[in-house]
Amino acid sequence: MSEDAIKYLPLSKPKIGISGKTGSWRIFAPEINYEKCVKCHICVVVCPEASISLEDDRPKIDYDYCKGCGVCARECPVGAITMRRER
Amino acid sequence: MVTVKDLAKMEDLLLKGNAACAGCPIGVALRTTLKALGKKTIMFVPACCTSVVQGIGPGAAISVPLFNTAFETAASVASGAAAAAEILGKDVTILAWAGDGGTYDIGLQAISGAAERGDNVLYICYNNQMYSNTGIQRSGATPLGAWTTTTWTGKTEHMKDMGMILIAHRVPYVAATSVGYPDDIYEKVKKAKEKKGFRYIDILAPCPPGWRFPSDMTIRLGKLAIETGFWLLYEYEDGELRFNGYTKLVAEGKREFKPVEEFLRLQDRFRHLFEPKRRDDILEEIQRWIKERFEWYLSLAKI
Amino acid sequence: MSGRKVIIDTGNSAVAYAVKDAEAKVIAAYPITPQTTIVEKIAQFIEYGQMDAKMIRVESEHSAMAAIIGSEAMGVRSFTATSSHGLALMHEMLWYASNARLPVVMAVANRTMGPPWNIWADWGDAMADRDIGWIISWAANNQEVYDFTLISYRVAEDKRIVLPAMVNLEAFVLTHTSMPFEICGEETREYLPEYDPAWKLDPDDPIIMGNLFSPADTMKLRWDMWESMERAKKVIAEAIREYNERFNRNYEGLIKTYKMDDADYAILSMGTMGEEAEVATDVLREEGLKVGTVRINFFRPFPREDIIKTLNGVSRVIILERSSSIGASGQIMQDLGQSLLLEKMQLDVNDVFIGIGGTDVSYEDIVNIVKKAIKGDLAPLYWYGSEGW
Repeated sequence: MSEDAIKYLPLSKPKIGISGKTGSWRIFAPEINYEKCVKCHICVVVCPEASISLEDDRPKIDYDYCKGCGVCARECPVGAITMRRER
Repeated sequence: MVTVKDLAKMEDLLLKGNAACAGCPIGVALRTTLKALGKKTIMFVPACCTSVVQGIGPGAAISVPLFNTAFETAASVASGAAAAAEILGKDVTILAWAGDGGTYDIGLQAISGAAERGDNVLYICYNNQMYSNTGIQRSGATPLGAWTTTTWTGKTEHMKDMGMILIAHRVPYVAATSVGYPDDIYEKVKKAKEKKGFRYIDILAPCPPGWRFPSDMTIRLGKLAIETGFWLLYEYEDGELRFNGYTKLVAEGKREFKPVEEFLRLQDRFRHLFEPKRRDDILEEIQRWIKERFEWYLSLAKI
Repeated sequence: MSGRKVIIDTGNSAVAYAVKDAEAKVIAAYPITPQTTIVEKIAQFIEYGQMDAKMIRVESEHSAMAAIIGSEAMGVRSFTATSSHGLALMHEMLWYASNARLPVVMAVANRTMGPPWNIWADWGDAMADRDIGWIISWAANNQEVYDFTLISYRVAEDKRIVLPAMVNLEAFVLTHTSMPFEICGEETREYLPEYDPAWKLDPDDPIIMGNLFSPADTMKLRWDMWESMERAKKVIAEAIREYNERFNRNYEGLIKTYKMDDADYAILSMGTMGEEAEVATDVLREEGLKVGTVRINFFRPFPREDIIKTLNGVSRVIILERSSSIGASGQIMQDLGQSLLLEKMQLDVNDVFIGIGGTDVSYEDIVNIVKKAIKGDLAPLYWYGSEGW
């Protein structure tokens, strides 16, 4: 018999990237044209992957996890984000 | 009213790199909900897409405590937890977070029980109008005419009105919102958080694989659903029914609902209503139902 | 709360007093005959200020188990009670409690399943849940009902085990029959300290319970339950010994043996049937037959080692089963058979289905059937009284 204690419980801990580097799922990748960008931050709020963060008040895409859904490009009010085919 | 800039600064408790589809509305609905609720939240999640979005153990894509529970038990497990939280004197939001399958159908009994007892639970249904997690089967929330894998030629019944069911229970707060408006979601969740008793919020969640649209249209369709009256933005609070956003403008006569076709055309789940031949009978019925439902809501709002 | 005292009350009240003395804080239950007076009494305790707890008057048994799973996961000692159809309805969530490792305690008023409607006692309802990782005991009198409930909390919550526990008491025979029994009152705290969970939901240390796990990891989780249940044999025996010392009881352990030292024949049973068999044992002994009785207190974990030990030297076992696995044999027979097989032991066995559907059984019936069995006049699988049906 094993030692006198419980060993395995059905518990998990919080983890970023639980499904790996989901950036590998992409076919299209978003590209931000910072000259057009008006720093409205809509893309940060609507990104379904929480993969756009703010750096110096400007949006920065985390390409490790961005799944290329295109919502940011669609919702950008000034068309500063375009989707470029990656593969 | 919270601004986009406010929302952009708030910490994310739903973690990136999760198992959700590209463009999944959970990414907007849950992210925004958790921004409004903060870290002192404990989630109870029945079988639904969110169960899978967490990813494979022993890690999970969320940084608040979360109890995955059996399909029909979101409200019942949350009721027990709410009682325990009170006994422990814990300042925490007990959040039951479920899809429409676990809410409108199999979970209905537990919700009704918790609502009638006034258990201190915030129940949020993120509603993509079908059993998504099991492969797009029809649910009580599926609208008339929609294709699903169990209604290949289109559902023949209208969607169940869960909001009205909860209003009939006279709970402290019932609201309907949409991922088209993250700020509206935030305000409603925040308001519900401060109340006690059973609170219900229904968030319309357009689903790219289920509704059959390109993954970048999630927010756009969330807005169009409201602009056509297909879904309504409202709150029922202290016995009063009130509208918000575009729905309010229509109620006040300042705008009109756009023809529902503009919304339906963008989703392939309704494609068979347009090709190979127009199904005017169904399209007219959908439009008629939207008008009739809104008139009914308007009559209640006046009381 | 006051100290120990003897009261005269029903088995259902014994459950209620035990839950009160255990200081369970969340009780969720749905009424079903004959469990009702358990929950009614607890509701009275709470509403009249004798017990500090919350009662959730749920809208179904499924929700009852779900609710206490929620409260237990938050780190609060919880309780529910049910019977028959209620237990069957709860079945999905019983799996949830054991697989999630939540040490809830439940009292089951054993009542036969319908159709037809029948509110009287047999073990079928609980038997249907014996495979899923619950610690299961059967009481034979109201003192055992009370004691086993407290011992169940102690054992279920033990950090070496962390599995839910079920205490069975037969419909009306125990639930609604008054007997004297002692309650422990405040002294219970020395035996059953405050609940200290193995895991819990707490924003200060976020964990996620039960998301997707791989097959290999899932197998390890089940293995851990198996190992914990094996360990439970030792832990239960320890817990019973300490209970005996503290509260002056005489429990032998997971089983109770009666006149087994020199027995040639053994009656094997549980609950009130087992206690009645002890009376039959005395009658048979007077007639010169060396009979003994083995009564199983804790059916899960199955006390294989204890039973094998006591059956040494016995040539025939007569099992009195108040339920059957239709198409196979009785459930006690299945577990006994497994035990004999593992020990490479052989015995003559008679599996007698008796008292099913609440049929009344007296020691005279038992004397009758044991005499027939000893003569070799009894089929190995036999429904008592079935000749002429």
